[in-house]
Amino acid sequence: MDALIDVSRLQFAFTALTHFLFVPLTLGLSLMLVTMESLYVITNKQIYKDMTRFWGKLFAINFAMGVVTGLTMEFQFGTNWAYYSHYVGDIFGVPLAIEGMMAFFLESTFVGLFFFGWDRLSKGKHLMVTSLVAFGSNLSALWILIANGWMQHPVGMTFNPDTMRTELSSFSELLFNPVAQVKFLHTLSAGYLTGAVFVLAISAWYMLRGRDLEFARRSFAVAAGFGLVVSVSAIMLGDESGYHVAEYQPEKMAAIEAEWETEPAPAAFTVVGFPDEATKTTHMAIQIPGALGLIGTRSLDKQVPGVVNLIEENEGRIRDGMIAWSALREMRKGDKSDETRALFDAHQDNLGHALLLKKYTDDVATASDEQIQQAARDTVPAVAPMFWTFRIMVAIGMGLFLLMLWSFIAARKGGLEQRRGLLWIALLALPLPWVAAELGWFVAEFGRQPWTIYGILPTHLSASSLSFDEVKNSLIAFALMYSSLFAVEMFLMVKYARLGPSSLHTGRYHFES
Amino acid sequence: MEFLDYESLRFIWWALVGILLIGFAIMDGFDLGVAMVHPFIGRNDGERRVLMNSIGPTWDGNQVWLILGAGAVLAAWPTVYAVAFSGLYAALLIVLFSLFLRPVAIDYRSKLENSTWRSFWDWSLFVSGVVPALIFGVTFGNLLQGVPFHFDDTMRSFYTGTLAELLNPFALLVGLVSVSMLVMQGASFLMIKTEAPIYQRAAVTAKISALLTVILFVVAGYWVASGIDGYQVVSGLSHNGPSNPLLKEVSMVTGSWMNNFQSAPALWIVPALAVIGALAVIVIRRDGLRFIASGISVAGVVATAGVAMFPFVLPSSTHPAQSLTMWDGSSSEQTLYLMLIAALIFVPLILAYTAWVFRVLRGRVTVAHIRENDHAVY
Repeated sequence: MDALIDVSRLQFAFTALTHFLFVPLTLGLSLMLVTMESLYVITNKQIYKDMTRFWGKLFAINFAMGVVTGLTMEFQFGTNWAYYSHYVGDIFGVPLAIEGMMAFFLESTFVGLFFFGWDRLSKGKHLMVTSLVAFGSNLSALWILIANGWMQHPVGMTFNPDTMRTELSSFSELLFNPVAQVKFLHTLSAGYLTGAVFVLAISAWYMLRGRDLEFARRSFAVAAGFGLVVSVSAIMLGDESGYHVAEYQPEKMAAIEAEWETEPAPAAFTVVGFPDEATKTTHMAIQIPGALGLIGTRSLDKQVPGVVNLIEENEGRIRDGMIAWSALREMRKGDKSDETRALFDAHQDNLGHALLLKKYTDDVATASDEQIQQAARDTVPAVAPMFWTFRIMVAIGMGLFLLMLWSFIAARKGGLEQRRGLLWIALLALPLPWVAAELGWFVAEFGRQPWTIYGILPTHLSASSLSFDEVKNSLIAFALMYSSLFAVEMFLMVKYARLGPSSLHTGRYHFES
Repeated sequence: MEFLDYESLRFIWWALVGILLIGFAIMDGFDLGVAMVHPFIGRNDGERRVLMNSIGPTWDGNQVWLILGAGAVLAAWPTVYAVAFSGLYAALLIVLFSLFLRPVAIDYRSKLENSTWRSFWDWSLFVSGVVPALIFGVTFGNLLQGVPFHFDDTMRSFYTGTLAELLNPFALLVGLVSVSMLVMQGASFLMIKTEAPIYQRAAVTAKISALLTVILFVVAGYWVASGIDGYQVVSGLSHNGPSNPLLKEVSMVTGSWMNNFQSAPALWIVPALAVIGALAVIVIRRDGLRFIASGISVAGVVATAGVAMFPFVLPSSTHPAQSLTMWDGSSSEQTLYLMLIAALIFVPLILAYTAWVFRVLRGRVTVAHIRENDHAVY
């Protein structure tokens, strides 16, 4: 059973992380295409149309892979997480289906017209089509993050013993979930930043090679201006996101900050150090007094709960949830008495915690003290991976902000081609936004463990009743298929990036003169 | 919510899921059909690019019918989604992996001059058409026969069949119905989008596949009436109660999938449309009208299966009483109501802008056009 859960999680992580290689660039580039094409419509300069079309070609190569890997995501909840789909589909399915109707249709229907509508549409109408593609992909991200935000901080639902699942009680709570809103804006900013760094880096390369200078300068300037704004917003919303984590997911917060035991407020912030799970200490820690309390609670007197204290607290919740579990079992057997229902209602907030015991025993009601303690220990994710991934993500975010600031000032001053140091750094920064995005996914999703729905449904209950071999084989197939297609994609991406605007065959660019 | 009770909402969502599936079969159906005939009707590079560009700008929007279909099943019938997708694991992954080939085949094929490269993607496109078309049909064949699954007392589902059992003779026959019907749909579409000589080849293909669709559909229908156990609810099914599929009794009787047609003979119009539409494809001479006739036939075929099985959506062959119906496998009233409002707003909007996009892109794709725009088209 445990091996099945592990391989199912690995498959989800692999397919989701691969999908998330293409999504941020789609989000970012689509908006940059709108920016470039708007400049074309306003100034009527041909170069802006060429920019839109060339960066649009790279957008298309990336977009195809986004579609390929996205298809998996819509099916995977059912194929690999069947009990999850049954248990929360009544709620989780809503944002997913609305995403399809409101956003994905828009993006996918108009994207073809973006490429094939240049000669068939007026300038204004074509710009409208491009904007609709960008609008569609942004809306898509909104609904996906509403779905994800609900997994992190479930609201607006009730558990129904008759159907043995959670059901939607308030759409507005689902929609205006504060966690979802902040996550959406943070993820979106990170996507925009990815688009900006992509254009910045490739434009820098053209300048380093001394080719297509006019085209590269303008692309670089658009990317730097755009990137400066979105890097600030990515950082600010990241901070806001952290504040919500502290409020709604204290276990995740404690792991990220290696906060072993609750300190007197305001807690110190550990900049770096080596968290040690066995001794529950952080070796060689460099700390800033009071800073964690300020960031996490935005106050001087609220405490940030520590790992040890949270485990203790969750042990109590598990014991309380066991009462709900026993009552639920009676109700499922046909007990319709008001007493049993009242008993269930009084303890049902902790039903999810009792389900954590399913990993260790089939009979939740009679779990031993040792099993309860084991389950309680599971409620805090592994500290060291959370601690490090979070810090690297933040460092990359800060670094990219500085790069964008420098690039923006340099682009305004002019003489970009001579600033080879900056151009080299811009080029080498190319992979960084992807690294940050993947780490961000890890912090959010690995940090949610041991839950798929925080506090409601444990991961080890969520999977389908498949055999280990079935999932292992499909994971191997995914790995082979995705890496082959990824290799092809990278080959074409590099080929067309090298070719540059000459790939438009307008007769105006480097390889054509 | 007062004017719509739970029972009506459940019925409306049964119809809506059907409409989404039919939307997929009609819209993405012609993309799958074109993909299936691509390497045969396109005899050289220029012709193959004509075929690819006939669907190139629009296939992606059409594919969303499938994605929305899956999303809507999750939202409207979460337990059906859970049981079907995990139970038919291998079959679904095969569909998924073949569909992976389509975006890249279309987008990447003409980006290099190399003929091996192009031929590889041509055949990839073929696979991305024929495999999903076949497996979707096979899946419907299995739904008609019932799928071996059951629940435990916490509603966890267990599937006890194998991939080999899915590919049984009846299911493969239904798979062939699906393939020939979508080839008809693709060929009819090509007759709107292309000129001679592709047009003539598409015409022959449309006629043959339409005839095959009629024959295979009638044979499958006869088999359902005479050799397949239909499922009937005997007692204990509440139309307004909570979605608990463990409370009813179900019988299995050969031929009882025909009961709905006997109790409401007007329903015979559904399979009749499937046949008449396909026959019309053979005789109609106007390209637009022929495509509409083909679409009607496709809709008729899909709807026939739905109507025959009503109210079942996922019968269990090993535990018939645990079969999922649209009465006891649906979401909560609140969710169905909310999703209905969303569908009423967005589905007409989708149809409107899809129509506009097709209007902008109207006209036939020619080899000359491909040559002139060598670097801008697929």
